[in-house]
Amino acid sequence: MKKYIPYLALLFLITSVSYNVSAQCKGFAKKICKTELVPYIHDGNYHAAILSEGEEAELYKTFYSNQQYRIAVCSSDSASQIEFKVIDANRNVLYNNREHNLSRTWDFKLEASQQLKIVVKVPVSNRKKPDAEILSGCVAIMFGFKD
Amino acid sequence: MIFNLRNFKTRPLIIGMAFMIASCGSGGNKNTGVKIDSAELQKDIFTDISHAKQVFYSLPSPLESAMLIKSAGAVYNEKLLNVLINVKRYTTNKSMALNLGVYITDLSYASLFDQAQTTLKYMDAAKKMAEGLGITDAIDQNTINRLEENINNRDIILDIISETFMSSTAFLKENDRQPLATIALVGGWVEGLYIATQLVGDAPVEDNKIVQRIVDQKLSLDMVVKLLDNNKANPDIASIIKSITDLKNIYDKITIKSSKISPVNDEKTKVTTLKSTSSSNVTQEVFTQLKQTVKTIRSNFTL
Repeated sequence: MKKYIPYLALLFLITSVSYNVSAQCKGFAKKICKTELVPYIHDGNYHAAILSEGEEAELYKTFYSNQQYRIAVCSSDSASQIEFKVIDANRNVLYNNREHNLSRTWDFKLEASQQLKIVVKVPVSNRKKPDAEILSGCVAIMFGFKD
Repeated sequence: MIFNLRNFKTRPLIIGMAFMIASCGSGGNKNTGVKIDSAELQKDIFTDISHAKQVFYSLPSPLESAMLIKSAGAVYNEKLLNVLINVKRYTTNKSMALNLGVYITDLSYASLFDQAQTTLKYMDAAKKMAEGLGITDAIDQNTINRLEENINNRDIILDIISETFMSSTAFLKENDRQPLATIALVGGWVEGLYIATQLVGDAPVEDNKIVQRIVDQKLSLDMVVKLLDNNKANPDIASIIKSITDLKNIYDKITIKSSKISPVNDEKTKVTTLKSTSSSNVTQEVFTQLKQTVKTIRSNFTL
């Protein structure tokens, strides 16, 4: 039985690290990313993922007519600027933050309700780093609206 | 510490188990059931083949649902809220998760109409649901105290409500209980739909702003279906899928047409307007069917 102890320890370590990363992600979203929404009201939804360089996440959401929204996309790695774009059902790109200095937020309102897709991507960094090191971190997508 | 893994015949099994368990905690990962099923991606916005590591489907939160009802010109009707005496009925994880969403939608609706005491009472009901689900850090006595201390400050109240919901669903996702987080979201969404359909009553559907909001929920129903489908192996989710399929059958009778979207930037306000028009063909008869179906589902959720 003793011989399994290292493996059980490894199992515990991996699950603990995963849980802690996830918890840190929530903490980051709550304490840092949410402030990007001010003065909009955070809707209360939470979407965050651990992404590495070059990886993407997608989010589908319905936005409603005559409402004003703010999308905030943030990374826990402060040096990382996240790319995001907003695409409609006809695959038209309505917003691309690469055309806006990689802005972390976008404010918009709608004349008609629409399903939109938000695609976020962690660009490959040019920063100097040890060979084979892949940077990864928490990326949060949050929404605010005006009362 | 260095482990010599080669000495163990069971190494692949144990390491495999470790990674499986670890990946479950991250929630929403492709490997844990959010991968898009290409067979279902035949239309609308879901058509593209996904290259994403993670895919999220976002429903209107309880706060957003309540805000949508209010902004459509609705009035406040306390009789529509799920009665507090029902709290003690909810003893299963499914019923507690559903009614966590229901009660947070109710308190959001009450708070937007400045119903301070009702907001407090319903936060306490939501707290009981969260406690029953073992959610330890979302709603505690401090939350109730903060609400009481700021009962006349709507901004802080809305912030507390949004944080409560975020913490509750995040806790469930982090603890490998994604299906319960989904159930809470669906419970809250159905409650918003119930309040809205009841507020319309028998009024004509033409040029009715609340009816338009209800019709627009057809777009969010697509997200509900995707979310549930991602968790359909869970028996509690399977029973909810049946209810939502009944609802979808009614919504399928409604067609929404939308024109091309043109983004127009306002350089002064820095707000982009997505210009487009849309129309729908909802009839009085279909709306009545919709209202009845929503009522039945909501009764199943709350009784």
